[in-house]
Amino acid sequence: MAAESAQKFEALQAQAHTLLDLFARRGYEPVAPSILQPADVFLDQIGEAVRGRTYVFTDLAGDELCLRPDLTVPVSRLYLERHPEADKVARYCYNGPTFRFQPLGASRTHPREFRQAGIECFGAVDRESADVEMVLLAVEAVRSVGLRELGLRFGDIALFHALIDALDVPERWRLKLRHYFWRPAAFHALLGRLARGERPDSEGPAAALAGTLAGATTERAEELVAAYLEQQAIPLAGSRSLSEVTERLLDHAADLRADPLPKEVATVIDYFLAVAGPPREAVDQVAMIGKGAGLDMDAALDVVLRRFDRLARDGVDLGRATFATELGRTLEYYTGLVFQIEGPGTDQTEPVAGGGRYDGLLVALGAPREVPAVGLSVHTERLLGAVERDS
Amino acid sequence: MESSSFIIAVPSKGRLREKAADLFERAGMALRAKGHERGYRGQLEGLDDVEVEYTSASEIVHQLKAGRVHLGITGEDLVRETLVDVDAKVEFLTPLGFGHADVVVAVPDCWLDVSRMADLEDVAAQFSRAHGRRLRVATKYLNLTRRFFAANGVAGYRIVESAGATEATPASGTAELIVDITSTGATLKANHLKILEDGLILQSQVHLLAARDGAWDARAQSLRDTIVKALSA
Repeated sequence: MAAESAQKFEALQAQAHTLLDLFARRGYEPVAPSILQPADVFLDQIGEAVRGRTYVFTDLAGDELCLRPDLTVPVSRLYLERHPEADKVARYCYNGPTFRFQPLGASRTHPREFRQAGIECFGAVDRESADVEMVLLAVEAVRSVGLRELGLRFGDIALFHALIDALDVPERWRLKLRHYFWRPAAFHALLGRLARGERPDSEGPAAALAGTLAGATTERAEELVAAYLEQQAIPLAGSRSLSEVTERLLDHAADLRADPLPKEVATVIDYFLAVAGPPREAVDQVAMIGKGAGLDMDAALDVVLRRFDRLARDGVDLGRATFATELGRTLEYYTGLVFQIEGPGTDQTEPVAGGGRYDGLLVALGAPREVPAVGLSVHTERLLGAVERDS
Repeated sequence: MESSSFIIAVPSKGRLREKAADLFERAGMALRAKGHERGYRGQLEGLDDVEVEYTSASEIVHQLKAGRVHLGITGEDLVRETLVDVDAKVEFLTPLGFGHADVVVAVPDCWLDVSRMADLEDVAAQFSRAHGRRLRVATKYLNLTRRFFAANGVAGYRIVESAGATEATPASGTAELIVDITSTGATLKANHLKILEDGLILQSQVHLLAARDGAWDARAQSLRDTIVKALSA
């Protein structure tokens, strides 16, 4: 891979300086999280897919480490180290190298080493204002280094949850739909199965056993499963408990008798996930889909509408912005607002900046309570390239 | 690579070395170790131009990838595990009929609710709700596992690297399930593990392989043809 030219290095340094200066003036404290991170944290929180794009290695002491593949998790860990009770409001900014293994080979737009500059805001309970502040600062940041033409793309994960909450389906399906949201192909297959009323395997010992559990209380079902294991001389081994196995067998039993997911409901979900367009029109479309199906999503929709109102009032040009219900479906930690900024002539897979709300991540990293969190990161090499093309 | 030597890499240890020796013997080109019996160089009887390099089965994959040897004899599991772009680096010339092993996904027998790959993602979701962490898969096949799980839409897990006695990890509590090789299934059974119905990742055996990046002049190609023909017969 070609070494970076000194000139570009200077340009990147100058750009980073401008960005950090702006962030600091807005009250974000500069921090420098470790470049080397414990691999565990990323593998546990982001999943095994991380290994496919992260430099993971074992050091001489036998510890599994990685070169940080993003900065949100490292900065979140830094916040928890400083505030173990997770009870303080904190705003941090950073700039530094990030590393991604590129299985198809490194390229200019998909480098294996790049600098990320960004901000994270923890503990701000007025989520609506914090979200607006984040988008405004993102736009101001890319403008401050000379980007004139920019495209904004929005999404909101909370809308999907509102839709699922409003559906009249068994809770076990709700859990499934929420979980599979992050795996689009599997989600689509699941929806198809539920809508066709496809029964789980009705053959084999598990199905036979599930059949005998129908209608049993959890306690009684566990007794029956334990008795079956004993009779078959199967030891209960490993960390999954008897009650976890029984819970899924009971779900299985319930699915065997359940009515299929109404076709209309599957269609509503498909329509919802296909919504993309100018922000207000797209939100209207979601509202119409909800209303048509008799689903109350008003609270979540109001949040999105108020956000756009405030952004417009504060001078963000929404004329060229897009809202898509699917945006953010790749990073499992997002919980609400997601957004990205694209430079002129760039693809939506190569945004110059992006961010969103991730209220669940800090608890997953060990925080004793939920911490409202929203952040933004700038892909500084791409931004520099976009600015150069733009001028 | 010196253009004067045509190199074939052969497993240096254990049953694979013995089986390879039998194979060449039957093909009428017996393997002869140079110097003492445990040496790392050898020759094929009747093919003076060919140099035999004894090395470990996994190292053979790297030698082939780098084009430092022309031909190599090793297991398909190792090749597919080690190389990202298999077809760009090596060519499978012929299966050799030994070293059969299936790479499979296996879970504890007591998981009565699990029989297929599709169940695993549900279990992963349930497990992380109940335990606050991801399902762990013990294996030495990191890449095969990742690719197979991704192809089956399973993502909520993490791999724990295991160099040996992988089948014992679920019972000892260091992993929840495993990806491992099995030939008869007896070891899995003894450890109260069952193979998922659609959990066969690869039916592996030992192959004769050619390096795509090797120095393939006319003489090398003709030696290759001679060896392929003899070993395929």
